[in-house]
Amino acid sequence: MSDGHPAAPPAGHDPLLAVDDLRVTFATEEGSVQAVDGVSFDLKAGEVLAVVGESGSGKSVTAMTLLGLTRSPNARFEGTAVYKGAELIEASEDDLRKVRGAEIAMIFQDPMTSLNPVLKIRDQIAEQIQEHEGVPDQEATERCVELLERVGIPRARERVDNYPFEFSGGMRQRVMIALALSCNPSILIADEPTTALDVTIQAQILQRMRELREETGAAVILVTHDLGVVADIADRIAVMYSGRIVEEGTLDQIFYDPQHPYTWGLLGSITRVDRPRPERLPAIKGLPPSLANRPSGCHFRPRCPHEFARCSEVPPLEARIEGQADHRDRCWLSAEEKRERREVRPGEIGLADKPEEAPAA
Amino acid sequence: MARFIVRRLLQMVMVMFAVSVLTFLIFNVIPNSDPAVRMAGRQASQSTIQAIRKEWGFDDSLPQQYITTMKKIFSGDLVSQFTQLPVNEEIIKGLPRTLSLAIGAALLWMFVAICFGLYSAVKAGRFADRFLTIIALIGISMPVFWIGALMNHYLGFKLGLFPNGGYVELTKDPIDWAYHLILPWTALAILFIGFYSRVLRSNVLDTVNEDYVRTARAKGLGERQIMIRHVLRNSMIPIVTLWGLDFGAVIGGGAILTETVFDLQGVGQYAAEAVGQLDVPPVLATTLFAAFFIVLLNAVVDIVYAVLDPRIRLQ
Repeated sequence: MSDGHPAAPPAGHDPLLAVDDLRVTFATEEGSVQAVDGVSFDLKAGEVLAVVGESGSGKSVTAMTLLGLTRSPNARFEGTAVYKGAELIEASEDDLRKVRGAEIAMIFQDPMTSLNPVLKIRDQIAEQIQEHEGVPDQEATERCVELLERVGIPRARERVDNYPFEFSGGMRQRVMIALALSCNPSILIADEPTTALDVTIQAQILQRMRELREETGAAVILVTHDLGVVADIADRIAVMYSGRIVEEGTLDQIFYDPQHPYTWGLLGSITRVDRPRPERLPAIKGLPPSLANRPSGCHFRPRCPHEFARCSEVPPLEARIEGQADHRDRCWLSAEEKRERREVRPGEIGLADKPEEAPAA
Repeated sequence: MARFIVRRLLQMVMVMFAVSVLTFLIFNVIPNSDPAVRMAGRQASQSTIQAIRKEWGFDDSLPQQYITTMKKIFSGDLVSQFTQLPVNEEIIKGLPRTLSLAIGAALLWMFVAICFGLYSAVKAGRFADRFLTIIALIGISMPVFWIGALMNHYLGFKLGLFPNGGYVELTKDPIDWAYHLILPWTALAILFIGFYSRVLRSNVLDTVNEDYVRTARAKGLGERQIMIRHVLRNSMIPIVTLWGLDFGAVIGGGAILTETVFDLQGVGQYAAEAVGQLDVPPVLATTLFAAFFIVLLNAVVDIVYAVLDPRIRLQ
């Protein structure tokens, strides 16, 4: 599936995409808002990285910034994102256009509004193929049909001539995936691809994405707030909170050996079929800080029951467990303290409630 | 699509029928006085009035009167009470002039408004946008008879750059035809340019924030292609509606002022003169003529709308 493509990077060493200390600041009427505050991660060829976080954690902004889709006169960017040796954040619009769709493709959250209502599906997919590969119309149409078949749209040959409103939500998301795959990208960024869909359709779409990843070998950045989705498909997970990655590791590391209290809270707040059902679903107390007015030091500090003096310093994202260089987090607690404190009940990870503030002496 | 068009055209015929009945009622019944007296004009002799009453069948029942009136209008033997010239010939003579004015002006205002509106939206908030906003407001505020008279006086009469009114037939000399029409086109278009460019600007600004425009950008398309194929096409839908309706309205009456100012002798000017002379038959005919174009353009707009937006066509 890599015809017409630069050779895939050598497996292992060099990351396909290296993001280093990415910062995105938007000027708004309420002052400047830092949506992304020093995000760094690597993405290897063929791997699935899930970026998990709640609304406003900066995960979507991070993803869209990689393609320059957040560029505006009110946005300021710092840091770098290097894709196959080329820097993306400062790249000119013309250089970036060659990457968009062809090298890095994106699937958006809402399939109902992400397709142009007045153009046929064929035209919307062919336009991308022709932009990057300049193939004749006939061939572009053939590729559209083939792509729609691959994402599981029945009667693809007839359906290419339909308009988006003639498809259901799940089918439209398949069209979006076909569109994203049309130029055999090396990286697929999926921004909440299943959030707007019914649960049953979600499962179908995820299944199809898994199969397509096997077929195409494309690396995937999956942006989501849904840990269930992540458990299905991810190789590695980056947990974002308030503009920063607070913990990053493999699927097993995050699910079975989480280091950051926020991750404990996230894991504690999902229902699991292998555990007795709790009377109330645990939630993390409090709200994420407003982006314009964040606490100094660790951003999770005001909601964290394990806060102590050192938390007013910003904890760097680094490996804190001996022998696990690929498991990084931003929490000052020692590995032992974490192991003790994360179990709210024996064998069950969660975040304890924050004790009431003692009156100041 | 064919079914849609046929259905729309049938609707159009029904609307035309309703309009003709209303027009008939307005002229012959609602004034609540003898229609024959009104039609005969001032100082008409009793015998003339009698002749008109007989000719138009004003003693018959209302439905019969309606049929007689429509027969007279559509059979072409309607004659002006004032000049005794056949009304149909006058309208046919004026039609190419009115169409020349309306089509040229409509193309001009649409083209310029798209350029201004798109440019204004791309430069939103900057100097160019503010400048065009002011220009548009000035354009909207200037009545066509005033700007037309100024143009005629300064550009036509004082500087002699353009002919001082008048019309040359297209088949006779296309260049002279256009030359004579430049000022009327401009005068008529100015108002619409101001209005349309404002509407388009706000439509474009709404559309650029649509998710599918972000998708288009993520495909790696160039800015020009994004603007024209994805933004402009979706922003044009409301404008095209306006365009058709205004085009119909210009033929059906909006041209009256422009034609009179530039002495184009089109249907509008004919209607204006007939109204001035209380000449009922031509007023009746030009009213139906105007209504016909408005109804026709309404249907055309719906059909074009369906072409532009498949959601309407296929539902």
